[in-house]
Amino acid sequence: MASWKGRDILSIREFSRGDIETVLKYARKMAPIARGEKSSQSLDGKILATLFFEPSTRTRLSFESAMIRLGGQVLGFSSVEGTSVQKGETLADTVRMVEGYADVIVLRHPHEGAARLAAEFTERPVINAGDGAGQHPTQTLQDLYTIWDEKGKIEGQSIALIGDLRYGRTVHSIATALAAFGASLTFVSPPGLEMPWEIVEELKAAGTPLSMTHRLEDVVPTADVMYVTRIQKERFPDPQEYERVAGSYRVDLPLLREAKKDLIILHPLPRVTEIDPAVDRTPYAKYFRQAFNAVPVRMALLEMVLGVGG
Amino acid sequence: MRELRVTPIKNGTVIDHIPAGMALKVLKILGIDEGVPSTVTVAMHVPSKAMGWKDIVKVEDRELSPREVDKIALIAPRASVNVIRNYNVAEKHVVRLPDRAVGILKCGNPNCITNLREPVETDFFVRAGEPPRAACRYCDRVVEDIPAAIV
Repeated sequence: MASWKGRDILSIREFSRGDIETVLKYARKMAPIARGEKSSQSLDGKILATLFFEPSTRTRLSFESAMIRLGGQVLGFSSVEGTSVQKGETLADTVRMVEGYADVIVLRHPHEGAARLAAEFTERPVINAGDGAGQHPTQTLQDLYTIWDEKGKIEGQSIALIGDLRYGRTVHSIATALAAFGASLTFVSPPGLEMPWEIVEELKAAGTPLSMTHRLEDVVPTADVMYVTRIQKERFPDPQEYERVAGSYRVDLPLLREAKKDLIILHPLPRVTEIDPAVDRTPYAKYFRQAFNAVPVRMALLEMVLGVGG
Repeated sequence: MRELRVTPIKNGTVIDHIPAGMALKVLKILGIDEGVPSTVTVAMHVPSKAMGWKDIVKVEDRELSPREVDKIALIAPRASVNVIRNYNVAEKHVVRLPDRAVGILKCGNPNCITNLREPVETDFFVRAGEPPRAACRYCDRVVEDIPAAIV
């Protein structure tokens, strides 16, 4: 990637391994500013528009924090209520209107492909903050950053992806990205919620060391990273079946007795019952750090696409 | 006098070796509808040595460019296009599968942004194969049944 200035951040698949490494290293430099230990005015005079066609508090606040920490300003909406979208305005029109008010656009939308469409209607860089069941590249970068920052490297790590691997959006992107970095993967899911076969085939074809199991306890002794995701109640027609399955995918202290000393546990949050709150006090728990890492990663991306700092 | 089932045309384009049953979809892809100013002849379910059965489309007084016709390779991968001038085949070529299919297919993902009222044409990346596959440039959904997805 020759220049980041003006670049749209739409899908993690458009990032080479080198691109991702650039972002990770950049994000590490931003971490002291994200923590408030250093101050910066690098984006003074710049405006970020956050267009959230569906609510996502965590994503929106972390983008706003990133922009404000760098001296920039933020405007936008956090749901379509009261906006012209409710009057039937197209996304294409909304984006062309907002282009006049901001230097960079962050878009969250319930429909797949929305960010790509938006990017086609504006010269301003568009950052995809989640489009339906599609892509959420900054979440993936934040997850990769957390593993890289905690472990020193991603290559060679034994990473267990746990929970709803079939419908989970973030877990598909992270699996592909981790494989590109040479991690070895284990997929742990209840029957019926396994990783889609297209992704499994793609990873196998690329030579990724890969195994699959339905039993959470199988992976605990060997995992360097446990990436836990939420099992959604609505996937189960029978509430009792949900309770049974969710119960068997719960990470708690007894389960972790066999864990490696330097295991880290991640979760894109919000969690429900997948991780016992007692685990929060162990050195394994890195999910709140992971949530914080959204800020330095998004700071790095904002500076990069606006062509300032470096 | 013996009446020919399909008469030769003087000038225009003949698309041959269309899989049986696909002729009307070929017309649709080419945008040939009731507004066309020339005569269009469609022969369906014609015996063919190579294919068993095939369809043929003849468009009079209009020379279709190869690039224009390549689009039909999505559903008629072995079709041949003959440009006819004064009853003779002046040019002949076999269609080539295009890399992209713009405005031809409808995305099967109901949640895809192209299925909303947005001012964009659908756009698919096309991959060769038996049958060819097409992936939506917006939502990545792969079209399994291309003929059924023709707009």
